Amino acid sequence: MTDHTRLPSDAAPSWHLAEDDDHDSGGNGATVLGFWIYLMSDALIFASLFAMFGVVRTNYAGGQMPHEIFELPLVALNTALLLASSITFGQAMPHIEAGRVRATRFWLAVTGLLGAGFIGIELYEFSTLIAEGAGPQRSAFLSAFFTLVGTHGAHVTIGLLWIGVILVQLGQHGLSQPMKRRLICLSMFWHFLDIIWIGVFTFVYLFGVLR
Amino acid sequence: MSQPSIAPETAHGATSGHSQRGYRIGTILAIILTAVPFWLVMSGVLHDAQTTAALIFAMGFAQIIVHVLCFLHLDTRSEGGWTLLAFLFTTVIVVLTIAGSIWVMYHLNANMMPMPMPGGLVIPAH
Repeated sequence: MTDHTRLPSDAAPSWHLAEDDDHDSGGNGATVLGFWIYLMSDALIFASLFAMFGVVRTNYAGGQMPHEIFELPLVALNTALLLASSITFGQAMPHIEAGRVRATRFWLAVTGLLGAGFIGIELYEFSTLIAEGAGPQRSAFLSAFFTLVGTHGAHVTIGLLWIGVILVQLGQHGLSQPMKRRLICLSMFWHFLDIIWIGVFTFVYLFGVLR
Repeated sequence: MSQPSIAPETAHGATSGHSQRGYRIGTILAIILTAVPFWLVMSGVLHDAQTTAALIFAMGFAQIIVHVLCFLHLDTRSEGGWTLLAFLFTTVIVVLTIAGSIWVMYHLNANMMPMPMPGGLVIPAH
């Protein structure tokens, strides 16, 4: 019974041990690697959106130009909020490792609030643009802008939802091994979104206003 | 039950790879590399769009590397090097996609005959 299910290679079946092994910190390996590969594929989605934006960024179709519609102080505030949320998530990491539930929930809640502020400002910016007649249907430049920034915003919204779920689960399960694994994945997701935003504020906003 | 008791291959999980010192350095660098580009563009101190563009491009690139190393803790050891391999592969594809698209479409635009648009506008060739 035991022997014929075992594969010849010892390394091969180790991935399904991740769920079972409570003590070994290396048990997270397969999940973390899998999540990393998901993030890389997400990076490819954003790469294609950046490429699309780069191609049509000067196709204004007689409509608004970037320096007329982008408000850099607002973008700077937004960037600061998202960077701060990445930093506060970093503050939670030692508490997660040490198993301190209250401190973890506190820093996670702060991260969520900063992220919610980011989404709020982005929605305000979008609604202002659409009210000015600079909606996604105005020009290729604006279509690409709304697609790229909107896709990033959708990701952050999913991240906020995920933070909410984790906050509830932390109350129920504490910092068990599966919870730690989920928190590691969430932290990777959140830092990844901040990295995408570096590309957005550099290539979309700052380059746009510069020309 | 048949549970092969094999120790997972990775000795270096993401949890243990975390270091507070790396986070602190990353935080300081990230704040500097975010604030300086905004300051350059908003104050217009350089009076030269091309130099400013080159500088903020370089700082954006540097900040991405800082975030990947200090916040995502990418190194050669995690998961036996597979995260690094996946990351490098993705980087190649990302650079090819973005740079390739912009390069090809720029030349396509530049070599096109000017066409009248509905608004009476000519496609700007940069």
